[in-house]
Amino acid sequence: MIGNYGYKDGSGEFYISLDSDKCNSCKKCVEECPEQVLEMICNDYDEIVPIVRDDHRKKIKFSCAPCKPLNQKTTPICVKICDQNAIWHSW
Amino acid sequence: MIKVVLLDDRKTVAKSNILSGFDQNASVESALNTAMQQIGIIKSEITNIAATGVARKVIYLQPPINANIETAEVLADIKGAIDIHPSARVVIDVGAEEGKAVRCDEKGKVIDFVSNERCAAGAGVFIEAMSRALEIDVQDFGALALQSQKTIPMNSQCTVFAESEVISLLHSNITKEDIARSVNDAIAGRVASMTRRIGLENDLVLVGGMAKNVGYVDAMKRTLQTDVIVLPEPEFIGAYGAALTAAEYQQK
Amino acid sequence: MKKLESEKKEYWKWPEYSFKAEGVDWNNAKIIVAGIDVGSVSSKTAIFVDDELASFSIIRTGSNSPESSQKVMSHALEGTGVKLNDLKYIVSTGYGRVNVPFAQRAITEIACHGRGANYIWGPTVKTVLDMGGQDCKAISIDEKGKIVNFIMNDKCAAGTGRGMEVFADLLSIPIENIGETSLVKDEPKPVSSTCVVFAKSEALGLLRQGSPKESVVAAYCSAMSHRVFTLLERVGVKTEFVITGGIAKNIGVVSRLEKELGVKALPLPKEQKFDPQLAGAIGASLFAKTLFMKANKQS
Repeated sequence: MIGNYGYKDGSGEFYISLDSDKCNSCKKCVEECPEQVLEMICNDYDEIVPIVRDDHRKKIKFSCAPCKPLNQKTTPICVKICDQNAIWHSW
Repeated sequence: MIKVVLLDDRKTVAKSNILSGFDQNASVESALNTAMQQIGIIKSEITNIAATGVARKVIYLQPPINANIETAEVLADIKGAIDIHPSARVVIDVGAEEGKAVRCDEKGKVIDFVSNERCAAGAGVFIEAMSRALEIDVQDFGALALQSQKTIPMNSQCTVFAESEVISLLHSNITKEDIARSVNDAIAGRVASMTRRIGLENDLVLVGGMAKNVGYVDAMKRTLQTDVIVLPEPEFIGAYGAALTAAEYQQK
Repeated sequence: MKKLESEKKEYWKWPEYSFKAEGVDWNNAKIIVAGIDVGSVSSKTAIFVDDELASFSIIRTGSNSPESSQKVMSHALEGTGVKLNDLKYIVSTGYGRVNVPFAQRAITEIACHGRGANYIWGPTVKTVLDMGGQDCKAISIDEKGKIVNFIMNDKCAAGTGRGMEVFADLLSIPIENIGETSLVKDEPKPVSSTCVVFAKSEALGLLRQGSPKESVVAAYCSAMSHRVFTLLERVGVKTEFVITGGIAKNIGVVSRLEKELGVKALPLPKEQKFDPQLAGAIGASLFAKTLFMKANKQS
């Protein structure tokens, strides 16, 4: 299952996509994120999956800002550290 | 909002500020006429007119105003801010419809800038909408917020949803002061997050109409955890900076 | 159908109602379960009696969501002779799902909408668009109604019911008539689709310039449908495609969206009395049945 967490507003479109089928629950993304944006939960189908935390979801542009300095194309830590290609950002 | 600043020998001699109607040219003319009447001059006595802001294309080289200079808002902001406060390094300009932050060096050269455009939750209209929801005058919003010591973090990141949330809070018997403070904290949080992207460097200066909201200024200090300077008549800084550009153009 | 409130002249207030199916033997029922969907704008409940949708109710949530969950449930049970305790399992969903004191479990509205759409339209549905009161979501499901891919926007009012309420209020058009009113002959340019607050200022400008109301409302419906289209693009539209949520009843947005997508949404099945706002509550009810059966097998 692919979940796209984030939002689109007047200033742009900001989504983090998490593919729970590719995820192997290593939890490195959860642990390495400097802003604790991600967490592992038990979903509605009783599966353990990664998600974006609810208190970050509606301000993800700001939460992820430390990994994305202006005018530089850097890969965020969570994307770099996942060896399953289970996470990607839309911006 | 249309702001006009007239300078004589780099000194401010007239100012005017009016709400823009849907005919922007007519509104600018009206604002300019008001300013000119303050010192009894006519348009032909003005040497240079510099246009800045969202509608600058409307008057730059266009009749009837025929502004002969145009300058970007961020440059105007920096110029105006540094002239008044030379140690300004980060200028945070939140107006009615847009919020932006600019960082410059000691010579006033732009290092970086960021803006939060086209989303009402990061601009003055947010406060206007919440004042309506609380049924208080937008001018009194800041002072009301300062009467509170408590913030309830707001869930909504959107002006439309925040209005419903404010009404909900009112129904839950949260006081208007606490709500006003929470609203200012919410918008300050967004403006501060935006500003952090260009880096914080003292002195941090607040300009734009929003800086007149004392509750917002207080919230910014708390959120950024540093002191901020509010320039006098902050809503005119952009126009002032553009006027300085016009004054310098003459001297070339 | 029973109208629960007399129509006041508040244009953004859509009519609340409840429905009871004919010929349901409530007193001799074996398993009665319910799903309750507490949204930020509307609260819905669907009650299934022995696997048949027997009753439902849709009301405005208002400022107190625990209270509205009790209210909507009592409307749905009214006149059936059945009490809340007689229900074997209740699942809550929606924005206010954690505040439903009498629910046994809370499940996300995304999962419930997937399952609900699968029930209403059948296993051929692959894409569900739900335009709710304060959110907008696009869901890809499999033939069992399980989520494959989803995206939600609940941060921004553009593309949600609240945005439409703002316009109904601005133009003094009852919200349930907006769709029809917007079907004008000459399609106007859309207003700014990226912010309801700015779209509203634009609309005021258009009105002052003499644009008729119908044209302005058409401009907004056009903007909203484009906004929703870009959300759907991220998830991809595979047929069959269906629309749930309040705005599904707005032909102005639906017709423009179908045009932009080049795909028509399946209409509601005529045989059953469904309301597109019920997909969440129906899905929740189905989860309730499954969870009840699972719990009973183990005991």
